[in-house]
Amino acid sequence: MAENKPTPKVKKKAVPMPKQKPEVRRRNFNEVALGYTEEQAIEEASRCLQCPKPQCVPGCPVEIDIPAFIKLIREGKFDEAVKKIKEKNSLPAICGRVCPQEEQCQMNCVLGKAGDPINIGRLERFVADWERQKGVTIPEKAPATGKKVAIIGAGPAGLTAAADLAKLGHEVVIFEALHLPGGVLVYGIPEFRLPKSIVQAEVDYIKKLGVELRLGYLIGRIHTIPELLKEEGFDAVFIGTGAGLPQFLGVPGENLGGIYSANEFLIRVNLMKSYAFPEYDTPIRIGRHVVVIGGGNVAMDSARSALRLGAEEVCIVYRRSREEMPARKEEIENAEEEGIICKFLANPTRFIGDEKGWVKQMECICMELGSPDESGRRRPVPVKGSEFIMDVDTVIVAIGRTPNPIIQRTTEGLAVTKWGTIVVDEDGRTSLEGVYAGGDIVTGEATVISAMGASKKAAKAIHEYLMNKK
Amino acid sequence: MYKIVAKKELAPKIKLFEVYAPEIAEKAKPGQFIILIIDEKGERIPLTIAGYDRKKGTVTFVFNEVGKTTKQLGLLKEGDSITNITGPLGNPSEIKNFGNVLCIGGGVMIAPMLLQVKALREAGNAVTTVIGARIKDLLFFEEEMKALSHKFYVATDDGSKGYEGLGFLKELIEKNRFDRCIAMGPVVMMKTVCEITKPFGIPTIVTLTPIMVDGMGMCGVCRVTVGGQMKFACVDGPEFDGHLVDFDGLINRQRMFLPEERLSSLLWEKLGGCGCGGK
Repeated sequence: MAENKPTPKVKKKAVPMPKQKPEVRRRNFNEVALGYTEEQAIEEASRCLQCPKPQCVPGCPVEIDIPAFIKLIREGKFDEAVKKIKEKNSLPAICGRVCPQEEQCQMNCVLGKAGDPINIGRLERFVADWERQKGVTIPEKAPATGKKVAIIGAGPAGLTAAADLAKLGHEVVIFEALHLPGGVLVYGIPEFRLPKSIVQAEVDYIKKLGVELRLGYLIGRIHTIPELLKEEGFDAVFIGTGAGLPQFLGVPGENLGGIYSANEFLIRVNLMKSYAFPEYDTPIRIGRHVVVIGGGNVAMDSARSALRLGAEEVCIVYRRSREEMPARKEEIENAEEEGIICKFLANPTRFIGDEKGWVKQMECICMELGSPDESGRRRPVPVKGSEFIMDVDTVIVAIGRTPNPIIQRTTEGLAVTKWGTIVVDEDGRTSLEGVYAGGDIVTGEATVISAMGASKKAAKAIHEYLMNKK
Repeated sequence: MYKIVAKKELAPKIKLFEVYAPEIAEKAKPGQFIILIIDEKGERIPLTIAGYDRKKGTVTFVFNEVGKTTKQLGLLKEGDSITNITGPLGNPSEIKNFGNVLCIGGGVMIAPMLLQVKALREAGNAVTTVIGARIKDLLFFEEEMKALSHKFYVATDDGSKGYEGLGFLKELIEKNRFDRCIAMGPVVMMKTVCEITKPFGIPTIVTLTPIMVDGMGMCGVCRVTVGGQMKFACVDGPEFDGHLVDFDGLINRQRMFLPEERLSSLLWEKLGGCGCGGK
């Protein structure tokens, strides 16, 4: 029976996310965004139009039934809302925090045409957090198939593939090279954006699905992929080793003290918790004048971490202009609110050290934008004779990461591109039978959710392969 | 968890651990290293593999108690466990019959040098070995090394045993025709060896042990200039052509965290971490 209630006017403005104040958060590592309350979540969910042909779902790399979970939130059925999300996504508390929703599900939201789109990410985060506080329910698993799958890398791609395959009844072992699971979620994304306790909880959920985690196993060195298949009794392998190798500028003086790759800086701070040095043993030294080179999310994370470690001044130097910055708008805004300075159209040309071998100055050259390059962004071109010097004592180079080469070097017959990424078909099949890959190791550096989307496809293909294998 | 099955003090503050790690033991080769983390608050430190026993499933490494982590490690006893050991890491040494090989091991790196000498002997090489330390009390594995080497020499910085310094190498090289030289030890020692062997054109391989965090190619802190190119010791090394290594750059990078390392060590001792109860 249809309810005979007049439709209330849709609110154009999204319910704002409570955040720590910039002047407070710039000196602590606690999470910046505080999350919706139940009332706020219901209020935001109530704005959803429940479109018969939703535009948001095609924007989601893992195809979550977004209107359905939002409807359940509106009705206060948080438990069912989480279940609905987890049909497609095993890591909602993480995705709700780090997905670029503005470029995905929220981009095509009908409400966005005349106001704010529905805040899908914040709602996803809300129900995931709600469930974690209450205690996570473990879904039913399919009966055991007797098949064994090895997953290489416990990052977003590996964890997702592991969860999907375990639910389908396969025996799953994840080999993680570091001493903690989570991949980029623990070594890359800082605590203030993604608390590590949340990653741990999501990993615990995957362990409860029966997945075995082996930490400190660098595949390629301890076992090779052919050995996993032939000697260790695995029926299939999924490679999700990510984009781990840091790129450097290749300018003079780059080996001076005080110059970190963003990877080194973030690994020290996040994985090794050097922000709590000397309680934790791994040191980090932060100077007064910190410069971060690059314009992506990793550059923002590095800059905001440096500020929290006590830097007096943090400046981001980017060779193009604000419009071309690949970082999420929200993160650029957060960084600027905290007092981080952005210097556009400049590029380092050399580093100058003091008598102790520590960096003291950086020479840059001004850039201007020329014609668009293959990425469609305007190519930065140096302006002759425009060199200038900046005083710096810490430099963080955040200009990208390339695939880690160890698997490729140690797996005979695995087809690899000239960039070192692994060649796969649309279902994630590599050139070797029974070996699949997904995430940054295939695409080069991209997002957490795109890695998860690819690994879900690969998990499906692995399942079909295993069930048809004699 | 990785259990310590044997512990030995080889010299003051130099300790040997044999750890049960069957999968690492199965794959380890001379020249490779492991990374260990003592507990959840610990740092990751690289240590060169000094031996392995595939039958017993054990791996051996030797360390010098210089900082907080190695001092804390030194307090562990047989039967205790280390939270995580990752390995084997890095590329194995090139082992084949080179002919006449000069091996120079210094300080704590005498231990992995013994493994290297064994492998070189098995490959049919004639091996001349030099072991060195600051003072004679810090020498170890003399008998073991002597037994494996065709010729054997000792050198100390202060001349308290054997030759004083490495100056004698020049004459040794002039009198013998070496096809290859392998140096493992403190950076300054390896630099000196390379300066001596370069005029003679003897290919000289050095093992670099810069600061590392992950040890698998992620952080880039172990970067070093070799032949004008940036290399990562963890994935491109740890062995390199010593005549191409920028040793001064390496020495500079190794000092990067000295103040923090001192602070960490001092605090730990003051707070009684060393087991002295803060005295």
